[in-house]
Amino acid sequence: MAPPLLLYAGRRPLQAVPLVLVIFLINFTLIQAAPGDPIDFLLGSSDATEEYIAQLREEFGLDQPFLTQLLAHLGKVAQLDLGYSLRFREDVLTLILSRRPATLLLMGSALVVASLLGVLLGAVAARRPYSLTDNAATLLALAGYSMPVFWLGQIMLLVFSLHLAMFPTQGMMSLRAPREGIGMVLDVAHHLVLPVATYSVYHLALVFRLTRVKMQETLALDFITTARAKGLPESRVVYGHALRNAMLPVVTVIGLNFGFMLAGSVLTETVFAWPGTGRLLYDAIGPRDYPLLMGLFTVLSVMVILANVLTDIIYALIDPRVVYR
Amino acid sequence: MHSSIPVSSTAETAVPPAPSAWRIFRRNRAAVVAAAVVVLLGAFALLGPTLVPFDPSRTGVGPSMAPPGVPHLMGTDELGRDVLSRAAGGLRISLLVGLSAAGAATLIGLLVGGTAGFFGGLIDDALMRVTEIFQVIPRFFLAILLVAFFGAGLANIIFAIAILGWPEVARLVRSEVLTLRNRQFVDAARIAGASRTALIAGEILPNAMGPVVVNTSLLIGQAMLLEAGLSYLGLGDPSVVSLGVMLQEAQQIMRSAWWTSAFPGALIFLAVLALNLLGDGLNDVLDPRARER
Amino acid sequence: MEPLLSVQGLRTHIATHAGTLRAVDGVDLHVMAGEAVALVGESGCGKSMTALSLMRLVRPPVRTVAGRVAFEGRDLLPLNDAAMRKLRGDRIAMVFQDPMTFLNPLMRVGDQIAETVALHRGLSRGAARAAAEEALRSVRIPDPVAVARNFPHQLSGGMRQRALIAMAVACRPALLVADEPTTALDVTVQAQIMRLLAGLRRELGSAMLLITHDLGLVAEYCDRVYVMYAGQIVEHAEVRELFRSPQHPYTRALLAAALPPHRRVADFAAIEGQPPSLLTPPSGCRFHPRCPSRFAPCDREAPPLLEPAPGRTARCWLHARSGSDAVAS
Repeated sequence: MAPPLLLYAGRRPLQAVPLVLVIFLINFTLIQAAPGDPIDFLLGSSDATEEYIAQLREEFGLDQPFLTQLLAHLGKVAQLDLGYSLRFREDVLTLILSRRPATLLLMGSALVVASLLGVLLGAVAARRPYSLTDNAATLLALAGYSMPVFWLGQIMLLVFSLHLAMFPTQGMMSLRAPREGIGMVLDVAHHLVLPVATYSVYHLALVFRLTRVKMQETLALDFITTARAKGLPESRVVYGHALRNAMLPVVTVIGLNFGFMLAGSVLTETVFAWPGTGRLLYDAIGPRDYPLLMGLFTVLSVMVILANVLTDIIYALIDPRVVYR
Repeated sequence: MHSSIPVSSTAETAVPPAPSAWRIFRRNRAAVVAAAVVVLLGAFALLGPTLVPFDPSRTGVGPSMAPPGVPHLMGTDELGRDVLSRAAGGLRISLLVGLSAAGAATLIGLLVGGTAGFFGGLIDDALMRVTEIFQVIPRFFLAILLVAFFGAGLANIIFAIAILGWPEVARLVRSEVLTLRNRQFVDAARIAGASRTALIAGEILPNAMGPVVVNTSLLIGQAMLLEAGLSYLGLGDPSVVSLGVMLQEAQQIMRSAWWTSAFPGALIFLAVLALNLLGDGLNDVLDPRARER
Repeated sequence: MEPLLSVQGLRTHIATHAGTLRAVDGVDLHVMAGEAVALVGESGCGKSMTALSLMRLVRPPVRTVAGRVAFEGRDLLPLNDAAMRKLRGDRIAMVFQDPMTFLNPLMRVGDQIAETVALHRGLSRGAARAAAEEALRSVRIPDPVAVARNFPHQLSGGMRQRALIAMAVACRPALLVADEPTTALDVTVQAQIMRLLAGLRRELGSAMLLITHDLGLVAEYCDRVYVMYAGQIVEHAEVRELFRSPQHPYTRALLAAALPPHRRVADFAAIEGQPPSLLTPPSGCRFHPRCPSRFAPCDREAPPLLEPAPGRTARCWLHARSGSDAVAS
């Protein structure tokens, strides 16, 4: 009999499949629901001859009933055919995947930095509630997630890049930097600092506040008294017992946020001209490149679902009560 | 009335009643300041256009790219427009969108969540499915899509933001209603013959309002940030000046004119900060634990 | 002979927005090595707070403000934290009321026990784990190896409480403080747990301070008993003596309420009123508003602990009439 955790890890992704199907359905519905002729939608703003339009109509089966079209659409998606970008003149899926790594790098770094710092600071703050440092930190955190992220990015650019000239102003790599090896890694890292710093602020503030509250709640629970009654040093009580329990909701939130970060990177990437999927999104908006937009919607939604599944599995690793349901 | 020695007594120890809501709120100085700021903003939003020194859309009221000083307290942009006047107009729009969107989301959420929580069954299940789906769809992205598809008028933007916000409100309301539904005062009213609508409207909803109000306060801030983000990306209503649009324009010229970025952004920041602080302060009023401090 | 534990003048206060709550207001008690002493009273009288105070487990806004807690000759209250932590779990251990909330839900039961042993005996992980299994065996848990690998939610209420007890006795403490150890359990399980505790005590030679509101347990398992009311000790006697002839009106009422209805003495069947406020206790004797025997001095002056008979004390003016000396106040 396989251990419960493994069963859960196998079960969870399967539960996500219906959700993914729903995403495809929404995708398709949005296309249909867009005002105007779907042909305009597919053509975007480019001109076309009458013949071409007729050809497209037939190819996409736009005269067919709704259900047939839906099945055709699903069939295409199953074959990983997400359409053709009008602006870039490239297969949508290829285009998106080529930009993925840049965004993942940015998001991943920001997530790791912000989560670690947030949890640490939150745990420390919880030990001295309502002290001066605690209040100051809480206020700072609140400020952190009241800021428009793109404004913060601009300010960062103004101060660190333009004024102090410590960091490059845009892009992921410098023109004259090496394209491989340590040189490239350092170059990318150098470019990474400001965008990651900007993007982390929001997430850091969120994680800090949540950890702090949850730690305070947990430290008031009964089993903490037991731990102290055993004579354990306070550090072990806080980090060994309390933190693990307080982390549960925090893990959930970090996981949820990761999904949003994946999709919401458009603002930061625009400010710093970072070549990721967010930038791609921005480029697709102006010319109303619908195939690309919809392709992005599908891919990003699926990634969010995957992130959620991963989060649930990690949660189960920490909390054994989950797998026994 | 006498009682035998209770094995587990209900009166733990007689403690005087907790201080009133206003007193708790007053203790949190930041929240009080925030409340004042919010009131000021509200007043400003109403009176706004009559107070600004210059016509926001007129170009050339001052030299191009002039740094902050007199008479242009926030400087001018590359077309010679007064930043202060434009930003003021932009703030009005942000507040308008924020309030409307948050209000709409709250209303829808109250309706759906209240129904789901009270009646349960199919409606409840459907609501849970819908909120799950919304949790998965990247929100900002959906807003972008909606606005890109349906046009960038102010109404559309408000609508899009409201669509994104109501599931969370509904969930909150639903859980509050579920908790309250089984409380004694509801039973009492039911026995007294109150109709179901009267029950919901008269007994349950008023008591659920606390967390909802806190949530709405935070929602307004979120809506304002969302609107600014959409405008920054070029999806704002082109017929109005928005702080997000100003920041978009600033992206190009901020090297030489830092004030075109700093001030508009700072206004959004301060407004949202005040709203969030207010929400926090209100939360303290509601949270029973806060009364122990 | 020197008492194992000697508490004098213990005061623990809680700071609230409305003033200072005097939860423990001048408590004296002692426990000799190897004996079982009960601390009895209704909820809110301060008995749990007394136990927590003597183990120095109270945290702000709760503070122990006065008193002397002599354990094995040393005063615990001024002790520094490190020294106190060495004693806790090792020489003095506590068994808590609700095993579900007092065990860490995310840690395996065996690990939680092994933690104590590893800390106080300096054992390696393997040795500590073995010691934990041994401790589980000593509390009569079947299949201790399997149970040690379980999480608390996988065990029944009785098993969880046994695990908590195992955690407390793992280092063979000299004093076991049990705070309502059976209150959260089914009646049938209660008896098993109490018998287990009694057996363990005999094996280890530990003394026990049993905090409870259940007089039945006191009668069966304890040697001496202190009765507590509104933060103070109001009566103290050997168990048999107390049940035979209670000297304080409150004790009489407790006993009467605990008896089955057909054996109840009519006039002491119920007490009027509510437990008093610990913020502003009643003037004079704290029990006087509810006392059926109150007379002139009761609402004016607080009675000290008087000695109606050798080895017994009672905080009641009824005994001053017979001219007994004041023992403590």
